[in-house]
Amino acid sequence: MPQVKMTVNGKPASGEVEGRTLLVEFLRENLGLTGTHVGCDTSQCGACVVHVDGKAVKSCTMFAAEAEGAEVLTIEGVAAPDGTMDAVQQAFQEHHGLQCGFCTPGMVMSARALLAENPTPSEAEIRDYLEGNICRCTGYHNIVKAIMAASGQDVSTIAAE
Amino acid sequence: MYAFDIERPTTLAEAVKHMAASEENQALGGGQTLIPTLKQRLASPEKLISLTGIDEIRGICEDDAGRICIGAATTHAEVAAGATAYPALAALAGNIGDPAVRNRGTIGGSLANNDPSACYPAAALGSGATIVTDKREIPADDYFEGMFATALEEGEIITEVKFPVPQKAAYMKFEQPASRFALVGVFVAKYADGVRVAVTGASEEGVFRWSEAEAALASDFSAGAVEGLSLSGDGMISDLHGSGDYRAHLVGVMTKRAVAAAG
Repeated sequence: MPQVKMTVNGKPASGEVEGRTLLVEFLRENLGLTGTHVGCDTSQCGACVVHVDGKAVKSCTMFAAEAEGAEVLTIEGVAAPDGTMDAVQQAFQEHHGLQCGFCTPGMVMSARALLAENPTPSEAEIRDYLEGNICRCTGYHNIVKAIMAASGQDVSTIAAE
Repeated sequence: MYAFDIERPTTLAEAVKHMAASEENQALGGGQTLIPTLKQRLASPEKLISLTGIDEIRGICEDDAGRICIGAATTHAEVAAGATAYPALAALAGNIGDPAVRNRGTIGGSLANNDPSACYPAAALGSGATIVTDKREIPADDYFEGMFATALEEGEIITEVKFPVPQKAAYMKFEQPASRFALVGVFVAKYADGVRVAVTGASEEGVFRWSEAEAALASDFSAGAVEGLSLSGDGMISDLHGSGDYRAHLVGVMTKRAVAAAG
Protein backbone atom coordinates (compact mmCIF):
# COMPACT_ATOMS: atom_id res chain seq x y z
CA MET A 1 0.00 0.00 0.00
CA PRO A 2 1.29 3.48 -0.79
CA GLN A 3 2.56 5.79 1.90
CA VAL A 4 1.06 9.22 2.30
CA LYS A 5 2.69 12.13 4.13
CA MET A 6 1.12 15.42 5.08
CA THR A 7 1.11 18.00 7.83
CA VAL A 8 -1.93 17.82 10.08
CA ASN A 9 -2.52 20.60 12.61
CA GLY A 10 1.10 21.63 12.27
CA LYS A 11 2.56 18.18 12.92
CA PRO A 12 3.93 15.72 10.37
CA ALA A 13 1.58 12.78 9.76
CA SER A 14 2.09 9.74 7.60
CA GLY A 15 0.61 6.33 7.08
CA GLU A 16 -0.21 3.57 4.65
CA VAL A 17 -3.37 4.09 2.69
CA GLU A 18 -5.28 2.37 -0.09
CA GLY A 19 -6.05 4.31 -3.26
CA ARG A 20 -9.66 4.50 -2.11
CA THR A 21 -8.90 5.73 1.42
CA LEU A 22 -10.72 9.01 1.92
CA LEU A 23 -9.00 11.88 3.66
CA VAL A 24 -11.60 11.72 6.44
CA GLU A 25 -10.87 8.02 6.98
CA PHE A 26 -7.17 8.74 7.21
CA LEU A 27 -7.79 11.51 9.74
CA ARG A 28 -10.20 9.52 11.88
CA GLU A 29 -8.88 5.99 11.61
CA ASN A 30 -5.14 6.35 11.06
CA LEU A 31 -4.58 9.49 13.12
CA GLY A 32 -7.42 9.10 15.63
CA LEU A 33 -8.63 12.65 14.95
CA THR A 34 -12.32 11.90 15.36
CA GLY A 35 -13.41 15.51 15.71
CA THR A 36 -14.01 15.56 11.96
CA HIS A 37 -17.38 13.88 11.48
CA VAL A 38 -18.89 11.84 8.68
CA GLY A 39 -22.54 12.78 8.40
CA CYS A 40 -23.88 11.92 5.00
CA ASP A 41 -20.81 10.56 3.20
CA THR A 42 -22.31 12.00 -0.02
CA SER A 43 -20.75 15.51 -0.07
CA GLN A 44 -23.99 17.15 1.04
CA CYS A 45 -23.82 17.83 4.78
CA GLY A 46 -20.43 19.42 5.45
CA ALA A 47 -19.80 17.77 8.84
CA CYS A 48 -16.44 16.59 7.44
CA VAL A 49 -15.14 20.01 6.34
CA VAL A 50 -11.42 20.51 7.01
CA HIS A 51 -8.93 22.94 5.50
CA VAL A 52 -6.42 21.66 2.95
CA ASP A 53 -3.74 24.23 2.14
CA GLY A 54 -6.02 26.87 3.63
CA LYS A 55 -9.12 25.94 1.63
CA ALA A 56 -12.28 24.42 3.12
CA VAL A 57 -12.95 21.03 1.54
CA LYS A 58 -15.20 18.08 2.25
CA SER A 59 -12.80 15.44 3.51
CA CYS A 60 -15.27 12.67 2.62
CA THR A 61 -14.91 13.69 -1.03
CA MET A 62 -11.15 13.74 -1.37
CA PHE A 63 -8.70 10.85 -1.26
CA ALA A 64 -5.97 10.78 1.35
CA ALA A 65 -3.44 10.31 -1.45
CA GLU A 66 -4.54 13.63 -2.94
CA ALA A 67 -3.47 15.40 0.27
CA GLU A 68 0.12 14.23 -0.15
CA GLY A 69 2.38 17.07 0.98
CA ALA A 70 -0.57 19.27 2.00
CA GLU A 71 -1.14 21.31 5.14
CA VAL A 72 -4.34 20.01 6.72
CA LEU A 73 -6.18 21.76 9.53
CA THR A 74 -8.91 19.92 11.43
CA ILE A 75 -11.14 21.02 14.30
CA GLU A 76 -8.55 19.63 16.73
CA GLY A 77 -6.05 22.19 15.47
CA VAL A 78 -8.27 25.22 15.97
CA ALA A 79 -8.03 25.86 19.72
CA ALA A 80 -4.77 27.01 21.29
CA PRO A 81 -2.54 24.23 22.68
CA ASP A 82 -3.70 25.08 26.22
CA GLY A 83 -7.32 24.51 25.19
CA THR A 84 -8.35 28.13 24.84
CA MET A 85 -10.99 28.21 22.16
CA ASP A 86 -10.61 30.43 19.11
CA ALA A 87 -13.05 33.28 18.43
CA VAL A 88 -15.42 31.16 16.33
CA GLN A 89 -15.57 28.30 18.84
CA GLN A 90 -16.04 30.78 21.70
CA ALA A 91 -18.87 32.51 19.83
CA PHE A 92 -20.61 29.18 19.12
CA GLN A 93 -20.54 28.51 22.86
CA GLU A 94 -21.71 31.96 23.89
CA HIS A 95 -24.49 32.23 21.34
CA HIS A 96 -25.68 28.63 21.58
CA GLY A 97 -24.64 27.89 17.99
CA LEU A 98 -25.06 24.17 18.50
CA GLN A 99 -27.43 21.68 20.01
CA CYS A 100 -26.39 18.07 19.37
CA GLY A 101 -23.02 19.27 18.08
CA PHE A 102 -22.63 16.77 15.27
CA CYS A 103 -22.37 19.39 12.52
CA THR A 104 -20.31 21.78 14.64
CA PRO A 105 -16.78 20.79 13.54
CA GLY A 106 -17.73 21.39 9.92
CA MET A 107 -19.61 24.58 10.78
CA VAL A 108 -16.61 25.98 12.64
CA MET A 109 -14.20 25.07 9.83
CA SER A 110 -16.49 26.61 7.19
CA ALA A 111 -17.00 29.72 9.32
CA ARG A 112 -13.25 30.14 9.68
CA ALA A 113 -12.81 29.81 5.93
CA LEU A 114 -15.52 32.43 5.37
CA LEU A 115 -13.97 34.88 7.83
CA ALA A 116 -10.56 34.44 6.24
CA GLU A 117 -12.08 35.51 2.90
CA ASN A 118 -14.56 38.04 4.21
CA PRO A 119 -13.79 39.35 7.74
CA THR A 120 -17.17 41.04 8.30
CA PRO A 121 -19.80 39.11 6.37
CA SER A 122 -23.45 40.11 6.33
CA GLU A 123 -26.11 37.72 7.53
CA ALA A 124 -26.99 36.89 3.91
CA GLU A 125 -23.35 36.21 3.05
CA ILE A 126 -23.02 33.87 6.03
CA ARG A 127 -26.16 31.95 5.09
CA ASP A 128 -24.97 31.70 1.49
CA TYR A 129 -21.52 30.47 2.51
CA LEU A 130 -23.01 27.79 4.77
CA GLU A 131 -25.18 26.26 2.05
CA GLY A 132 -23.01 23.16 2.07
CA ASN A 133 -23.24 22.70 5.86
CA ILE A 134 -26.41 21.13 7.15
CA CYS A 135 -27.62 21.42 10.76
CA ARG A 136 -30.75 19.54 11.74
CA CYS A 137 -31.11 21.06 15.23
CA THR A 138 -30.61 24.77 15.41
CA GLY A 139 -32.47 26.20 12.45
CA TYR A 140 -29.18 28.04 11.73
CA HIS A 141 -30.22 31.25 13.48
CA ASN A 142 -27.73 30.99 16.33
CA ILE A 143 -24.99 29.67 14.07
CA VAL A 144 -25.31 32.76 11.90
CA LYS A 145 -25.42 34.95 15.00
CA ALA A 146 -22.31 33.27 16.43
CA ILE A 147 -20.37 33.84 13.22
CA MET A 148 -21.42 37.49 13.13
CA ALA A 149 -20.29 37.84 16.74
CA ALA A 150 -16.99 36.07 16.00
CA SER A 151 -16.36 38.61 13.26
CA GLY A 152 -16.70 41.41 15.81
CA GLN A 153 -20.10 42.62 14.66
CA ASP A 154 -22.77 43.74 17.12
CA VAL A 155 -25.37 41.02 17.57
CA SER A 156 -27.14 42.53 20.57
CA THR A 157 -30.13 43.50 18.44
CA ILE A 158 -30.55 40.02 16.97
CA ALA A 159 -33.18 38.14 18.97
CA ALA A 160 -32.20 34.94 20.70
CA GLU A 161 -34.19 32.05 19.28
CA MET B 1 -15.88 1.65 -3.21
CA TYR B 2 -14.17 -1.14 -5.08
CA ALA B 3 -10.41 -1.11 -4.62
CA PHE B 4 -8.24 0.80 -7.09
CA ASP B 5 -4.80 2.34 -7.24
CA ILE B 6 -4.21 6.03 -7.51
CA GLU B 7 -1.44 7.91 -9.31
CA ARG B 8 -0.64 11.56 -8.81
CA PRO B 9 1.48 12.72 -11.77
CA THR B 10 2.96 16.20 -11.76
CA THR B 11 3.31 16.56 -15.53
CA LEU B 12 0.82 16.15 -18.34
CA ALA B 13 3.17 13.77 -20.18
CA GLU B 14 3.17 11.42 -17.19
CA ALA B 15 -0.62 11.59 -16.93
CA VAL B 16 -1.02 10.76 -20.62
CA LYS B 17 1.28 7.78 -20.19
CA HIS B 18 -0.72 6.49 -17.22
CA MET B 19 -3.99 6.91 -19.11
CA ALA B 20 -2.61 5.02 -22.11
CA ALA B 21 -1.42 2.13 -19.95
CA SER B 22 -4.89 0.59 -19.58
CA GLU B 23 -8.42 1.23 -20.76
CA GLU B 24 -9.50 0.62 -17.18
CA ASN B 25 -7.62 3.71 -15.98
CA GLN B 26 -9.67 6.80 -15.37
CA ALA B 27 -8.80 10.48 -14.98
CA LEU B 28 -9.68 12.10 -11.64
CA GLY B 29 -10.31 15.84 -11.60
CA GLY B 30 -11.55 17.35 -8.35
CA GLY B 31 -13.59 14.22 -7.71
CA GLN B 32 -16.75 16.02 -6.62
CA THR B 33 -18.83 13.80 -8.90
CA LEU B 34 -16.50 10.87 -9.46
CA ILE B 35 -15.90 10.10 -5.78
CA PRO B 36 -19.64 9.88 -4.97
CA THR B 37 -20.02 7.74 -8.10
CA LEU B 38 -17.27 5.40 -6.89
CA LYS B 39 -18.91 5.19 -3.47
CA GLN B 40 -22.08 3.98 -5.16
CA ARG B 41 -20.01 1.39 -7.02
CA LEU B 42 -21.21 2.80 -10.33
CA ALA B 43 -17.61 2.88 -11.56
CA SER B 44 -14.75 0.48 -10.99
CA PRO B 45 -11.52 1.82 -12.48
CA GLU B 46 -8.30 -0.12 -12.13
CA LYS B 47 -6.40 3.04 -11.44
CA LEU B 48 -7.31 6.69 -10.99
CA ILE B 49 -4.99 9.27 -12.50
CA SER B 50 -5.32 12.41 -10.40
CA LEU B 51 -4.86 15.53 -12.52
CA THR B 52 -4.95 18.15 -9.78
CA GLY B 53 -1.22 18.00 -9.09
CA ILE B 54 -0.30 19.06 -12.63
CA ASP B 55 0.57 22.75 -12.51
CA GLU B 56 0.81 23.12 -16.29
CA ILE B 57 -2.95 22.53 -16.69
CA ARG B 58 -3.95 24.93 -13.92
CA GLY B 59 -4.57 28.66 -14.00
CA ILE B 60 -6.26 31.37 -16.04
CA CYS B 61 -4.76 33.48 -18.82
CA GLU B 62 -5.69 35.36 -21.95
CA ASP B 63 -4.50 34.35 -25.43
CA ASP B 64 -3.60 36.61 -28.39
CA ALA B 65 -7.17 36.38 -29.70
CA GLY B 66 -8.46 37.81 -26.40
CA ARG B 67 -9.93 34.48 -25.32
CA ILE B 68 -9.95 33.52 -21.64
CA CYS B 69 -8.01 30.27 -21.34
CA ILE B 70 -8.65 28.16 -18.28
CA GLY B 71 -6.50 25.18 -17.37
CA ALA B 72 -8.55 22.02 -16.93
CA ALA B 73 -7.45 21.49 -13.32
CA THR B 74 -8.52 25.00 -12.28
CA THR B 75 -11.11 24.87 -9.51
CA HIS B 76 -14.49 26.55 -9.63
CA ALA B 77 -13.38 28.85 -6.79
CA GLU B 78 -10.32 29.90 -8.80
CA VAL B 79 -12.45 30.65 -11.86
CA ALA B 80 -14.96 32.57 -9.72
CA ALA B 81 -12.17 34.74 -8.36
CA GLY B 82 -9.90 34.89 -11.41
CA ALA B 83 -12.01 35.03 -14.58
CA THR B 84 -12.55 38.76 -14.12
CA ALA B 85 -12.44 39.41 -17.87
CA TYR B 86 -15.56 37.24 -18.30
CA PRO B 87 -17.88 38.15 -15.40
CA ALA B 88 -20.76 35.87 -16.46
CA LEU B 89 -18.40 32.88 -16.45
CA ALA B 90 -16.94 33.87 -13.07
CA ALA B 91 -20.46 34.23 -11.65
CA LEU B 92 -21.47 30.81 -12.98
CA ALA B 93 -18.41 29.18 -11.41
CA GLY B 94 -19.09 30.95 -8.12
CA ASN B 95 -22.54 29.43 -7.86
CA ILE B 96 -21.72 25.78 -8.52
CA GLY B 97 -22.38 23.50 -5.53
CA ASP B 98 -21.17 25.06 -2.29
CA PRO B 99 -17.88 26.70 -1.23
CA ALA B 100 -16.14 23.45 -0.24
CA VAL B 101 -17.18 21.78 -3.50
CA ARG B 102 -15.91 24.80 -5.44
CA ASN B 103 -12.52 24.45 -3.75
CA ARG B 104 -12.10 20.96 -5.23
CA GLY B 105 -14.23 20.66 -8.38
CA THR B 106 -12.53 21.53 -11.66
CA ILE B 107 -13.70 22.83 -15.02
CA GLY B 108 -12.07 19.93 -16.86
CA GLY B 109 -13.75 17.40 -14.61
CA SER B 110 -17.15 18.99 -15.10
CA LEU B 111 -16.83 19.08 -18.90
CA ALA B 112 -15.43 15.55 -19.13
CA ASN B 113 -18.34 14.25 -17.05
CA ASN B 114 -20.98 16.29 -18.94
CA ASP B 115 -23.70 15.84 -16.36
CA PRO B 116 -26.99 16.85 -18.02
CA SER B 117 -27.65 19.30 -15.15
CA ALA B 118 -24.15 20.73 -14.69
CA CYS B 119 -23.47 24.44 -15.18
CA TYR B 120 -20.16 24.48 -17.09
CA PRO B 121 -21.47 22.70 -20.21
CA ALA B 122 -23.91 25.61 -20.65
CA ALA B 123 -21.06 28.13 -20.41
CA ALA B 124 -18.86 26.23 -22.86
CA LEU B 125 -21.62 25.68 -25.41
CA GLY B 126 -23.11 29.13 -24.87
CA SER B 127 -19.73 30.77 -25.45
CA GLY B 128 -18.71 28.62 -28.41
CA ALA B 129 -15.66 27.65 -26.36
CA THR B 130 -12.89 25.38 -27.56
CA ILE B 131 -12.06 22.31 -25.52
CA VAL B 132 -8.35 21.58 -25.77
CA THR B 133 -7.11 18.06 -25.03
CA ASP B 134 -3.71 16.40 -25.01
CA LYS B 135 -4.43 15.40 -28.64
CA ARG B 136 -6.52 18.13 -30.31
CA GLU B 137 -8.87 21.10 -30.09
CA ILE B 138 -12.61 20.41 -30.11
CA PRO B 139 -15.21 23.16 -30.74
CA ALA B 140 -17.96 23.04 -28.10
CA ASP B 141 -20.54 22.49 -30.86
CA ASP B 142 -18.88 19.15 -31.65
CA TYR B 143 -17.97 18.22 -28.09
CA PHE B 144 -21.23 17.53 -26.25
CA GLU B 145 -22.81 14.27 -27.44
CA GLY B 146 -25.67 13.72 -25.01
CA MET B 147 -26.15 12.83 -21.37
CA PHE B 148 -22.70 12.03 -19.87
CA ALA B 149 -21.39 11.59 -23.43
CA THR B 150 -18.66 13.67 -25.07
CA ALA B 151 -16.34 13.58 -28.07
CA LEU B 152 -13.45 12.56 -25.78
CA GLU B 153 -11.78 9.34 -26.79
CA GLU B 154 -10.55 6.65 -24.43
CA GLY B 155 -7.67 8.04 -22.41
CA GLU B 156 -7.97 11.58 -23.80
CA ILE B 157 -7.40 14.32 -21.22
CA ILE B 158 -8.84 17.84 -21.30
CA THR B 159 -6.00 20.29 -20.71
CA GLU B 160 -7.61 23.70 -21.27
CA VAL B 161 -10.82 25.46 -22.23
CA LYS B 162 -10.73 28.63 -24.33
CA PHE B 163 -13.66 31.04 -24.05
CA PRO B 164 -14.21 33.90 -26.51
CA VAL B 165 -15.42 36.83 -24.41
CA PRO B 166 -18.87 38.09 -25.46
CA GLN B 167 -20.14 41.66 -25.49
CA LYS B 168 -22.85 40.71 -23.01
CA ALA B 169 -23.67 37.49 -21.22
CA ALA B 170 -25.45 36.04 -18.21
CA TYR B 171 -26.28 32.65 -16.76
CA MET B 172 -29.48 32.04 -14.87
CA LYS B 173 -29.90 28.86 -12.88
CA PHE B 174 -33.14 27.61 -11.40
CA GLU B 175 -31.51 25.63 -8.66
CA GLN B 176 -32.57 22.24 -7.42
CA PRO B 177 -32.12 23.18 -3.76
CA ALA B 178 -30.91 19.82 -2.44
CA SER B 179 -28.27 19.04 -5.06
CA ARG B 180 -27.64 22.66 -6.09
CA PHE B 181 -27.45 21.43 -9.69
CA ALA B 182 -29.53 23.25 -12.28
CA LEU B 183 -33.13 22.14 -12.52
CA VAL B 184 -32.84 24.33 -15.60
CA GLY B 185 -29.99 26.70 -16.38
CA VAL B 186 -29.70 29.02 -19.38
CA PHE B 187 -26.52 30.73 -20.57
CA VAL B 188 -27.04 33.61 -23.00
CA ALA B 189 -24.11 35.31 -24.73
CA LYS B 190 -24.17 38.10 -27.31
CA TYR B 191 -21.24 38.23 -29.72
CA ALA B 192 -20.58 40.58 -32.63
CA ASP B 193 -21.67 37.84 -35.04
CA GLY B 194 -24.73 36.55 -33.20
CA VAL B 195 -26.30 35.32 -30.00
CA ARG B 196 -25.86 31.90 -28.40
CA VAL B 197 -28.33 30.38 -25.97
CA ALA B 198 -27.31 27.16 -24.22
CA VAL B 199 -29.63 25.22 -21.94
CA THR B 200 -28.63 22.73 -19.25
CA GLY B 201 -30.71 20.63 -16.87
CA ALA B 202 -33.64 20.32 -19.23
CA SER B 203 -33.07 17.89 -22.08
CA GLU B 204 -32.59 14.14 -21.93
CA GLU B 205 -29.91 14.76 -24.55
CA GLY B 206 -27.93 16.98 -22.18
CA VAL B 207 -26.91 20.56 -22.88
CA PHE B 208 -28.33 22.02 -26.11
CA ARG B 209 -28.59 25.29 -28.03
CA TRP B 210 -32.02 26.86 -28.35
CA SER B 211 -31.69 28.04 -31.92
CA GLU B 212 -35.14 29.65 -32.12
CA ALA B 213 -34.29 31.96 -29.23
CA GLU B 214 -30.86 32.67 -30.71
CA ALA B 215 -32.46 33.86 -33.96
CA ALA B 216 -35.00 36.04 -32.14
CA LEU B 217 -32.33 37.58 -29.89
CA ALA B 218 -29.94 38.22 -32.78
CA SER B 219 -32.31 40.82 -34.22
CA ASP B 220 -33.62 42.13 -30.88
CA PHE B 221 -31.56 41.42 -27.76
CA SER B 222 -34.31 41.93 -25.21
CA ALA B 223 -36.33 39.69 -22.93
CA GLY B 224 -39.40 40.61 -24.94
CA ALA B 225 -37.92 39.02 -28.07
CA VAL B 226 -38.23 35.59 -26.45
CA GLU B 227 -41.86 36.21 -25.44
CA GLY B 228 -44.12 33.81 -27.30
CA LEU B 229 -41.38 31.29 -28.05
CA SER B 230 -41.81 27.92 -26.44
CA LEU B 231 -40.22 24.51 -26.37
CA SER B 232 -41.99 21.18 -26.28
CA GLY B 233 -41.83 19.09 -23.12
CA ASP B 234 -41.12 16.00 -25.26
CA GLY B 235 -37.59 14.79 -24.69
CA MET B 236 -37.21 16.92 -21.57
CA ILE B 237 -36.10 15.32 -18.31
CA SER B 238 -39.10 14.34 -16.22
CA ASP B 239 -38.52 13.35 -12.61
CA LEU B 240 -39.78 13.97 -9.09
CA HIS B 241 -38.37 17.50 -9.20
CA GLY B 242 -40.32 18.55 -12.25
CA SER B 243 -42.11 17.27 -15.34
CA GLY B 244 -40.82 17.70 -18.88
CA ASP B 245 -43.45 20.37 -19.54
CA TYR B 246 -42.40 22.25 -16.41
CA ARG B 247 -38.77 22.21 -17.46
CA ALA B 248 -39.67 23.34 -20.98
CA HIS B 249 -41.56 26.25 -19.47
CA LEU B 250 -38.61 27.09 -17.21
CA VAL B 251 -36.29 27.30 -20.21
CA GLY B 252 -38.32 30.24 -21.52
CA VAL B 253 -38.44 31.91 -18.12
CA MET B 254 -34.73 31.50 -17.43
CA THR B 255 -33.81 32.67 -20.94
CA LYS B 256 -35.74 35.89 -20.38
CA ARG B 257 -34.11 36.39 -17.01
CA ALA B 258 -30.66 35.75 -18.48
CA VAL B 259 -31.23 38.28 -21.27
CA ALA B 260 -32.47 40.84 -18.76
CA ALA B 261 -29.47 40.21 -16.50
CA ALA B 262 -27.05 40.51 -19.43
CA GLY B 263 -28.48 44.01 -19.98
